[in-house]
Amino acid sequence: MTKLLAPLFLVAAALLPLVLKDPYLLNALIITGIFTICAMSLNLLLGFTGQLSLGHVAFFGIGAYVSALTALGFDVGLPFGLRVTYEGGDPIVGFLLAIVITGLTGFLIGRLSFRVRGAYFVIVTISFAEVVRLVALNWVELTQGPLALTSIPNMTLPLPGLGELTLRSKVENYYLVLVVAALSYLVVGGLVASRFGRAMRGLKENESLALSLGINATRTLTIAATISAAMAGAAGSLYAHYIRIIDPDVFLFSYTVTMVIMVVAGGKGTLAGPLVGGLIFGLLPVALRPVMAPEAQWIVYGAILIAILFVMPKGIVPALETLTRRKAPKAAPGKPLEAGARP
Amino acid sequence: MSTILNVEHVGMRFGGLTAISDLHFDVHEGEILSLIGPNGAGKTTAFNIMSGFLKPTQGRVVFRGRDLAKTRPNEITRLGLARTFQRTSVFADDTVLDNVLIGLHRFGSPGLLDRLLPTPGARAAEKAARARAEEIIDLVGLSHRAQELAGSLSYGEQRLVGFALALATEPRMLLLDEPVSGMNASETQGFVRLIRKVRGEGVSILLVEHDMPMVMEVSDRIVCLNYGRLIAEGSPAEIRNNPAVIEAYLGKSAARLEEKEAAHA
Repeated sequence: MTKLLAPLFLVAAALLPLVLKDPYLLNALIITGIFTICAMSLNLLLGFTGQLSLGHVAFFGIGAYVSALTALGFDVGLPFGLRVTYEGGDPIVGFLLAIVITGLTGFLIGRLSFRVRGAYFVIVTISFAEVVRLVALNWVELTQGPLALTSIPNMTLPLPGLGELTLRSKVENYYLVLVVAALSYLVVGGLVASRFGRAMRGLKENESLALSLGINATRTLTIAATISAAMAGAAGSLYAHYIRIIDPDVFLFSYTVTMVIMVVAGGKGTLAGPLVGGLIFGLLPVALRPVMAPEAQWIVYGAILIAILFVMPKGIVPALETLTRRKAPKAAPGKPLEAGARP
Repeated sequence: MSTILNVEHVGMRFGGLTAISDLHFDVHEGEILSLIGPNGAGKTTAFNIMSGFLKPTQGRVVFRGRDLAKTRPNEITRLGLARTFQRTSVFADDTVLDNVLIGLHRFGSPGLLDRLLPTPGARAAEKAARARAEEIIDLVGLSHRAQELAGSLSYGEQRLVGFALALATEPRMLLLDEPVSGMNASETQGFVRLIRKVRGEGVSILLVEHDMPMVMEVSDRIVCLNYGRLIAEGSPAEIRNNPAVIEAYLGKSAARLEEKEAAHA
């Protein structure tokens, strides 16, 4: 039954633009989708390995800048009189480059900081995001600093034999985000169910025991950080080509906080958690807009988060799972190995 | 008889505290050796050194001819030296089956593609791992608990899960830290049969245990520690009658009493 939920949700999401024509709502859904991808990627680290990255927005922002600069081109001077000039190219190349470069960045950050874990990792990630934001703000020749990179082209998909498709409309972008989100969901789901996922879970639950079983902690965590960063980078690229203007504010700490809220409220360490949290906290501003000012919305945000965690400390999805399990006792997943009962 | 593990003049100091001063003994291939001693004698510290969780401040540990000084715990496991933990150590939020599957980690296919995609190779490996896990669970006698969360099992059963996890790494040698503490008499008997069976397959065993009847019954040899140094080494019968051992466990006057009784006899 629960196995059908994800495909059903996907079908419903795919059919939604047929009935929903309001551009404001579509826009909100696209942005929500992009942040949900970020939340899923953060969940891979926070939920499944237990490592809190409070600089996750850095990967999102790097992805956005890499993709935008790949599409727009740049002309920058480097030390020793070197100059790098690049004409600009296809947005799809930018999308792939964003994934590769943020993945590499995640790998390096993981290598550097997973020797010391816990609070140290949190501090390293916060500092990293801040450093990247300052670079984006001050390397004006490359990033235009606070003036922002503008006129970023929309995402263009090469269609073999048919030329190219430029995704200009909101509906097209909606489907692009939906496809990437579905792929991200599948990647996380596949990882978690695999041997690698078991290693992550083992490390999170009991690190000494996991080590004693031959699990390499640094390597496992670094791979998780790499994949997580690459997913956030992909989301950043989607964001850049959809919004078409980015400035150093894409590195704002509050975006990281939003991602953490989505994961924690939805249920960290569950596949559906970031999805549920992402939808709730992504669409909350839409629901609240008619009744209160944006500043006041933050108060409601906080109140709802506190209320959720007060009633369901592990988040919404784990709470629902417990509820359904209690309703249908002995509907244990999988089949028992043996029917023999203990005397 | 060839040795599998050599503990060579190992010392361990935590600041000013000497937990182990000069520990020196060998474990032979295929034997069950017990490490005994009163609380605080340094047994668990010795264990943590042998399994790589602590690095000794002097001396060295050699496993199958290889110095473990620079080897990390997960690598030591891969060399074939596995350990269990004194306190219950299971992945409490996973089923028993999943626990053992995590224990089989080192035998999976490490390709990145297999991690991301359900390739045929990955699926076959997964199936083989499941079969192997069920075999191990059956060996320790927990088949009827395979689908239950490890954290929901009784204390004694959790010890068995911990043992199954160590077995899953296919060790050449097992370090067992108080495996039967918390087990009742019949569970202990079952466990004795189990480690004899495992030893029968050629696995050497180093046992730390407080349950003296169990130690006397199962050990080929015993080494006794007190205040971080070795005070006696020998067969169970020799250890039982060793004055130094009796003194360590029961105090000086008791040792004298035993001597007197021996003189009278």
